[in-house]
Amino acid sequence: MKIVVCIKQVPDTADIKWTENNTIQREGVESIINPFDMYAIETALKLKDVYENTTVTTLTMGPNQAENIIRKSISMGVDSGFVLSDKKFAGSDTLATAKTISTGIQFKIPDFDLVICGQFATDGDTAQTGSGVATNLDVPVITYVKEVKEIKDGYVTVLREVEDGKEVLKAKLPAVLCMLKCDYEPRRAYINGYRNAQKAEVKFYSHEDISISPEETGFKGSPTYVSKAFRPEEKQSGELIKTDDLECISNKILEVLNG
Amino acid sequence: MAKEILIYAQANRSGKVIDVVLELANAAHDLSEKLENACISALLITDGRNLDENKHVLKKAGFNKVYIASSEYLKDYSTEYYSQIAIDLIKKIEPEIFLIGATTQGRDLAPVISTKLKTGLTADCTSLDINEKGQLAATRPTFGGNLMATILCKQFPQMATVRPKVLKKSDKNYEQEPLIIEYSPDLSNINKRVELLDFIANPQLTDKRIDEAEIIVSGGKGMKNEAGFKLLQELADVLGGSVGASRGAVDMGLADSSIQIGQTGKTVVPKIYIACGISGAVQHVVGMSGSDKIIAINKDENAPIFKQADLGIVGDAFEILPNLIQKIRDKNNG
Repeated sequence: MKIVVCIKQVPDTADIKWTENNTIQREGVESIINPFDMYAIETALKLKDVYENTTVTTLTMGPNQAENIIRKSISMGVDSGFVLSDKKFAGSDTLATAKTISTGIQFKIPDFDLVICGQFATDGDTAQTGSGVATNLDVPVITYVKEVKEIKDGYVTVLREVEDGKEVLKAKLPAVLCMLKCDYEPRRAYINGYRNAQKAEVKFYSHEDISISPEETGFKGSPTYVSKAFRPEEKQSGELIKTDDLECISNKILEVLNG
Repeated sequence: MAKEILIYAQANRSGKVIDVVLELANAAHDLSEKLENACISALLITDGRNLDENKHVLKKAGFNKVYIASSEYLKDYSTEYYSQIAIDLIKKIEPEIFLIGATTQGRDLAPVISTKLKTGLTADCTSLDINEKGQLAATRPTFGGNLMATILCKQFPQMATVRPKVLKKSDKNYEQEPLIIEYSPDLSNINKRVELLDFIANPQLTDKRIDEAEIIVSGGKGMKNEAGFKLLQELADVLGGSVGASRGAVDMGLADSSIQIGQTGKTVVPKIYIACGISGAVQHVVGMSGSDKIIAINKDENAPIFKQADLGIVGDAFEILPNLIQKIRDKNNG
């Protein structure tokens, strides 16, 4: 079985710093694998543990440094990975990103059985790219997947978490799955994994390599654009009290509760 | 041709149109005024259940037109069926704007439609406007709520999913009967490759109540242990509210992820939100900042949650809550 995992390098949003111009400071901010993609990797590796002859390939689209997250994934047990990197990809919105990634998959692993993505990325949080990739590849997609139950006879069965409960769904392979945070934690790198990660050859592919027209990627291929970015208004702080007098505290709270 | 704003009229598992549709309808009235009084339409995809009530609800919300795609095969949501029905309709009526509630269903459906139509889709918006050029200006939080971005789209339809419970429903009851266009969609060419095998409903206690609770007592890492969450539950019980949790508390195993509030959990808008032992990371704040009144209890006087709070108390929830619970009990009994 051939599994492709799409991963993204994101700034650690717990550690946002601002420039003087109210833009997010990217330099010096640590980049991590998008946390939801870590569950996508773990889910793929769990399948590799169970199903013989399974290979897991990670791919990312980003600047050259994104190579680091591919190596990180290899240190966890992923077999190989590659980076879609080209100045022409810059400025891609979700439509252009999905187009670029799906073209990359068709170029490199056209006979995939499963593509696994994280449901959200913590920076953009659009949750649209996985579905876009599936649509371009013309394969079924299941979003909000909590657990992969089984792969059998050319079908994958999953547990999906929605607002009012859990659904059990079955999709014909090849398919795309978008993973939520799972009930299991992503594994850590292991010693041989580090060695593999160092040794691995991580290839870079440009728009010419994967044969995508510059009209379909980057700024040119993106129907949406940001017209304005700003910091959310901070709420006017209310009253702050500091006292050991529990009665006084309770009365204050009751005042608010009683409107 | 008159301009048209199309809204996806999502129905729940019982076949009833959900609230976010009414929120979108209200927002669409404002957009319509700035867009040559564009027609406001709904697309309801249904197996026919609850149809009269849904028509009534959509009329009251002020829709001018209601497209009803009806077939016995449409009982359960299917990405493949529903997306194709929407695409076929959009190709026919060519709306300027297509809005969808940012529910799990909406966020599943929308990107499939936008990708096939090669148009832009702005995710999980918190406000909508029409700019001076007549474009949809959709504003959304990014970077975990640290930054707001207003996004425009140069293709049609301009699509957006909109976060539920952020925009307000209208107080008005519109009287005008909408034009109803009921049809049987052609499903014959759709290759359905995903099948729903089973559905396990959440226990009512957790999920439903937190979405609808008027008072939420929420705990973070500072509630430390089971005893801490028991205190929260006691307070919620005497107030007739529900317990919520931050991601930190969920990760510590103190609370179930179904009651997690914040970016990767639920968005709640209760009348009163009591945050106990929650530091107030932006990821949490985006899920609760719409609450009418926020009370925060935290030992750290520099905790960012106090920036959100109408009433902030620097102190230990383990000492404060028992006294408060007792006082409310006395009052309830008196």
